[in-house]
Amino acid sequence: MTHQVSDRDIITALQAGLPLVPAPYAAVAEGLGIDEADLMTRIAAMKSSGVIRRIAAAPNHYKLGMIANGMTVWDVDDARITELGAIIGALPFVTHSYERPRALPDWPYNLFAMVHGSSDAEVEEKRNQIAAILGDACRGRDILYSTRILKKTGLRLRKKEA
Amino acid sequence: MTLDDTDRRILNRMQEDLPLCSAPFAAVATELGLTESDLLTRLQAMKDTGVITRFGPFFDAAAMGGAFCLCAMAVPADQFDAVLTKVNAHPEVAHNYERTHRLNMWFVLATETPEGITTTADAIEGETGITVHRFPKLQEFYIGFRVAA
Repeated sequence: MTHQVSDRDIITALQAGLPLVPAPYAAVAEGLGIDEADLMTRIAAMKSSGVIRRIAAAPNHYKLGMIANGMTVWDVDDARITELGAIIGALPFVTHSYERPRALPDWPYNLFAMVHGSSDAEVEEKRNQIAAILGDACRGRDILYSTRILKKTGLRLRKKEA
Repeated sequence: MTLDDTDRRILNRMQEDLPLCSAPFAAVATELGLTESDLLTRLQAMKDTGVITRFGPFFDAAAMGGAFCLCAMAVPADQFDAVLTKVNAHPEVAHNYERTHRLNMWFVLATETPEGITTTADAIEGETGITVHRFPKLQEFYIGFRVAA
């Protein structure tokens, strides 16, 4: 019989990542004081509910030669953003795309599409493809290149007071 | 490190979901025609050299009752490092990028409650004296994230 652990305990045990050992769930379960099978059942439930999207590797784009990373931003007609956003989001070179609120007057853009490439020229060429699709529904655009990763840890829960 | 074709195949596969079983690396190794120990050795090398920044579950803060929010600040160059230290000290800052724009610091807050976004962003504004622009997602058009290695 194993004691009760909360989802929060499980997330805390997993947030730094899974150990790269042959039986990673057994290793994490041991740390939590529960059975491997119980932990896997709990993780399966968290995947079903969407709390865990997937268990996978997060790569460093820069180290893969994807040194150009452009956050393209667009001021798109609100009446057409859902239709056009779906088209932009489906482009193979767009890794993620969102509608976000504008912050007028400083920030008129409401569509964000992240474009990765091996050079700035490649990213610019892809950006022009997006511009062609948006056509006259687009009233303004910009691109922000990332020059440094300042932090990349993923979700971290704050420690609860004992 | 220089990645060979096997490393690239591993990286492409490992960006997809790992099977939930006792020996998941053995299962993936079989898919890729590798031994489990070769796969684990290569993954460890990619993690040690930073090709893989993290390996494990991707949590969705929103599904946990929390929230994500993209935020941006216009940080003067001579204050950049000092502001960065203050921003990154918050565990809610999940990642942070320097970008070429007047708004030059872009970070994602991941919090356990929706109110946590406001609390954390307000705290950063208080500590730095710089407006934290908040860009929560209104619609998500794609959540691929995978890159071809």
